[in-house]
Amino acid sequence: MSDDPEGYTFDQARWSNDDEYVPLLSETSAHTAEPGDALPDDLTRDSLALPAPAEPTLVRHYTRLSELNYGVDSGPYPLGSCTMKFNPSFTEDVAALPDAAVHPDRPDKTVQGVLELQHRLQDYLGRIGGMDAVTLQPPAGAAGEFTGIEVTKAYHRANTDERTEVIIPSSAHGTNFATAAMAGYDVVELPPAEDGRLDIDALAAAVSEETAALMLTNPNTVGLFERDVTRAAELVHDVGGLLYYDGANLNALLGRARPGDMGFDVMHYNVHKTFATPHGGGGPGAGPVGVVSDLAPFLPTPHVRDTDDGGYETYAPLQSIGKVHGYAGNWLVLLKAYAYVARLGDEGLLDTSATAVLNANYLADRIDLEVPYGPFHHEFAATAGDRDAADIAKAMLDHGVHPPTTKWPEFVNEAMLTEPTEAETKRDLDTLAAAFNAAAAASDEDLDRVPERTAARRIDQVRAAREPRLSWQALSDAE
Amino acid sequence: MTIDYPDDLLYRDSHEWLTTDEPRRVGVSDFAQDELGDVVFVELPEPGDPLAAGDAFGVIESIKAVSDLYSPVDGEVVAANEALFDRPELVNEDPYGDGWLLKVEVATEGDLLSAEDYQGLVA
Repeated sequence: MSDDPEGYTFDQARWSNDDEYVPLLSETSAHTAEPGDALPDDLTRDSLALPAPAEPTLVRHYTRLSELNYGVDSGPYPLGSCTMKFNPSFTEDVAALPDAAVHPDRPDKTVQGVLELQHRLQDYLGRIGGMDAVTLQPPAGAAGEFTGIEVTKAYHRANTDERTEVIIPSSAHGTNFATAAMAGYDVVELPPAEDGRLDIDALAAAVSEETAALMLTNPNTVGLFERDVTRAAELVHDVGGLLYYDGANLNALLGRARPGDMGFDVMHYNVHKTFATPHGGGGPGAGPVGVVSDLAPFLPTPHVRDTDDGGYETYAPLQSIGKVHGYAGNWLVLLKAYAYVARLGDEGLLDTSATAVLNANYLADRIDLEVPYGPFHHEFAATAGDRDAADIAKAMLDHGVHPPTTKWPEFVNEAMLTEPTEAETKRDLDTLAAAFNAAAAASDEDLDRVPERTAARRIDQVRAAREPRLSWQALSDAE
Repeated sequence: MTIDYPDDLLYRDSHEWLTTDEPRRVGVSDFAQDELGDVVFVELPEPGDPLAAGDAFGVIESIKAVSDLYSPVDGEVVAANEALFDRPELVNEDPYGDGWLLKVEVATEGDLLSAEDYQGLVA
């Protein structure tokens, strides 16, 4: 925080050129008692049956597992809506710099460089989204959604205007519904119009004084630009509600259109999609949230601002909702996003969105499956028609690529939601198209057998769900 | 395989059924289990829990989808079919019999359909 703890003196030598971590006083004064002293005997044990293989066995085990795996480092990975972007390795180098990983309890004046980068990232994201203020704290996209809706709720509450409903199109990501429910709102679900877009008449009928927010992504889940977005903003604003932008598909608009200019009041950024940081997948993630100025006082604490003397400080926004994570969130993930934005610059970011849209349209043009909704941007929903989308996907595995997202969104019959991302070359896209077409041309008998060339054949999903074995002990018990 | 719509049951448009004779039971329709595919998990309320017509009382999960279960009545839970916790596939095998979800005490029935009207809605 901005003020040094009383009597705290910072010893520079303790941190520099020295790998050894010197614990803070507060850490050394922790409990020294043995855990067994406080626990009854029947809850303690003296040994643990951990597996203890020899090192070569372990190395071979993990190498074998990595060879069985398929990732974006192996080949095309066109999971629609997930945006499986390649993670440029220079961002890893930046995040690995020793100066980047400072202890979050260090006084502001000793970490000015880090605060400057955080402030700049807040600024970059604000300018990219058309938002007035940005918090970096939420540790994932879904956490960003939750933060944004909590900020929305705090805003309404501060106006003594408690509201009960959040409106969400049925094609939205499941996290939108979960977010609204977690924040205590009733969900009003809007089925799409015939063209796959937001049903503006249904929205007009759904808005009321109870509407806290409309959650919308644009382009939407099947890549269509929501043409009525400014009309939707009017409808929601007219009843005193707010517009929430799900940043899931911001990568399609990067540098070309801004949610703030469309009338959105609050949004989250998926840095793993738009700015190519690694997907969380159980590791650290980040989901910054941007807001218009009316909502800025409610952002989580701490927030970073610049000072009159040209420096930076952390502070608690006046009506802050509190903390949704520690400090500046998962800073080293955010730093990768910063590095990506800084390296690409304006032209690079424009090129990113253009190439993402071009790649999706090129691929869709090369495949033999129908794409019922368009014109689309960075992703498209092909349909497997009267075939099972899962069978087509399994057949694609035999052609050495990862298949698209299947059977979602549900309003597309046997959907194959495909997003190649800007990272794929024309050759990669042609490989993908060939896999699509070979799978689409396969006979029903072939589709019964696929995949035949993968490490595991058809997984018994029903048995896996009904009888999950989630530990090595459960596996050995079953043998 | 043909889908069954027994005449002696009442149906909600969200695919739950209700018996008309005692003990009153609630389940999901043959159409619903067929659409859901293999059911892998069912979450149900406890005996004594209140039910409100049209409100979600539980969750049914298949390998394809997770869906809320909606109450066809105002009333109270008398019993939940605990057999489903170990054998959720009973919903698929016998949706109107061993795959029942709740026994309920009915205060008021919600807006329910006859077998014919329900079949007209979904078929």
